[in-house]
Amino acid sequence: MALVVQRRDYSLTGPESERAREKGLVAAEWYVSPVPRATMKALMKRRNGPAIRDTLIWFGLLAIFGAAACLSWGTWWAVPAFLAYGILYATPADSRWHECGHGTAFKTPWMNEALYQIASFMVLRSATPWRWSHARHHTDTIIVGRDPEIITERPPLWKILWMQLFDLYGGPIEIKRFFLHALGRMERTEAEYIPSGEFPKVYREARLCLLVWLLVLAACLYTGSLLPAMLVGLPTFYGFAIVLAFGMTQHLGLHEDVLDHRLNSRTIYMNPVLRFLYWNMNYHIEHHMFPMVPYHALPKLHEEMKADCPAACPSFLAALKEVIRALRRQKHDPAYVVVKPLPSTARPYQYDREATPQARSEPL
Amino acid sequence: MSDPIWVEVCDAEDIEEEDVVRFDYGDRTFAVYRTDKGDYYATDGYCTHEKFHLSNGLVMGSVIECPKHNGRFDIPTGAAKRAPVCVDLTTYPVKLDADKVYIRIPS
Repeated sequence: MALVVQRRDYSLTGPESERAREKGLVAAEWYVSPVPRATMKALMKRRNGPAIRDTLIWFGLLAIFGAAACLSWGTWWAVPAFLAYGILYATPADSRWHECGHGTAFKTPWMNEALYQIASFMVLRSATPWRWSHARHHTDTIIVGRDPEIITERPPLWKILWMQLFDLYGGPIEIKRFFLHALGRMERTEAEYIPSGEFPKVYREARLCLLVWLLVLAACLYTGSLLPAMLVGLPTFYGFAIVLAFGMTQHLGLHEDVLDHRLNSRTIYMNPVLRFLYWNMNYHIEHHMFPMVPYHALPKLHEEMKADCPAACPSFLAALKEVIRALRRQKHDPAYVVVKPLPSTARPYQYDREATPQARSEPL
Repeated sequence: MSDPIWVEVCDAEDIEEEDVVRFDYGDRTFAVYRTDKGDYYATDGYCTHEKFHLSNGLVMGSVIECPKHNGRFDIPTGAAKRAPVCVDLTTYPVKLDADKVYIRIPS
């Protein structure tokens, strides 16, 4: 029999925010797996080489697939060509936005910032607001009423997930925010996590992004073709499916309101192509527990930590199946969450059942 | 509050080059650093953005990166260098005496 659970308020300005604070879930002390300091120092070491190599490959591939897509424009070959271009445009833009936002991709700070700004524009995110949003996501990961980056609530809102296949829910929200910022205004929710001192920077960035889009629009009007927008701007929408799929596997179906990333994040084994697109964010428990470890060192960190973590999902497909199964079950039983058994070498989950009485766990 | 006092932290060699250690004194906590040039410095222990201890962070030259949100501070001055940190760290004088590290803190 399904438990009846009242739908919670996931907004940052509602009663759940105060509830999280009362329960000691705000900016709390999180569980950390034991990794010797010397090992961690080696893993945290910054390098420019891997990110420069990957960035050159990425933009090189974009140029090749973009040229192929342009050449096929007007034929049916344009469909697969633009699909490939769109996926290559949006998926790495999302992962590069993420890693450069942490400042860990490159050793040289300006390189992180330059790629961060470019990737933010490509994936249709306001650079500075999303930096702060993501900082909050790391402070209060999947804490209801605090984390602005929970993809969907429980029970899941399937309509939003379907729309997000083409960024049709988040995209328009972001466009509205760009216009709002360009006019020198900020949403109330954003003001919850962005310090007022950053507002002028937000407004400047929004105006610059809108100017670039205006240029793209002007190019479309001048050429009488949609092609310029198919190369810059629209790929965020038509190439968004993998971004959504990666995002869904990070935390969905797992616990809310816990202080142990092993319970609310998912590590997945992926092939080298997917790991290139995703910049190793498939090691998501590791990333959340130690966000100062750069993407290229996450496989090694995984080896250091795996004795203290649940087994990784064996593949991207297996992870997606696990998520979709959990979401379908949560539709009728919002209390359901996936809990994975820990190996005998691991320390127990840090989990206060009293703090999250609405969660009903069931091991796989 | 009475005059600041010098308090022994540890042996100089207990802090590796480009590293940081935690030092607790009473109900206060500090981060004590050794930079790539071998100089010693001390600041408040917690990041000014959220309450995460900097002793778990990464020292790069004379910069400390917070382990939670990757905010950065200039170690010698405590100046905030990278978002999400906006507020400078309080710094404390450090001296070496007989191969021991001391910091000067308000008693």
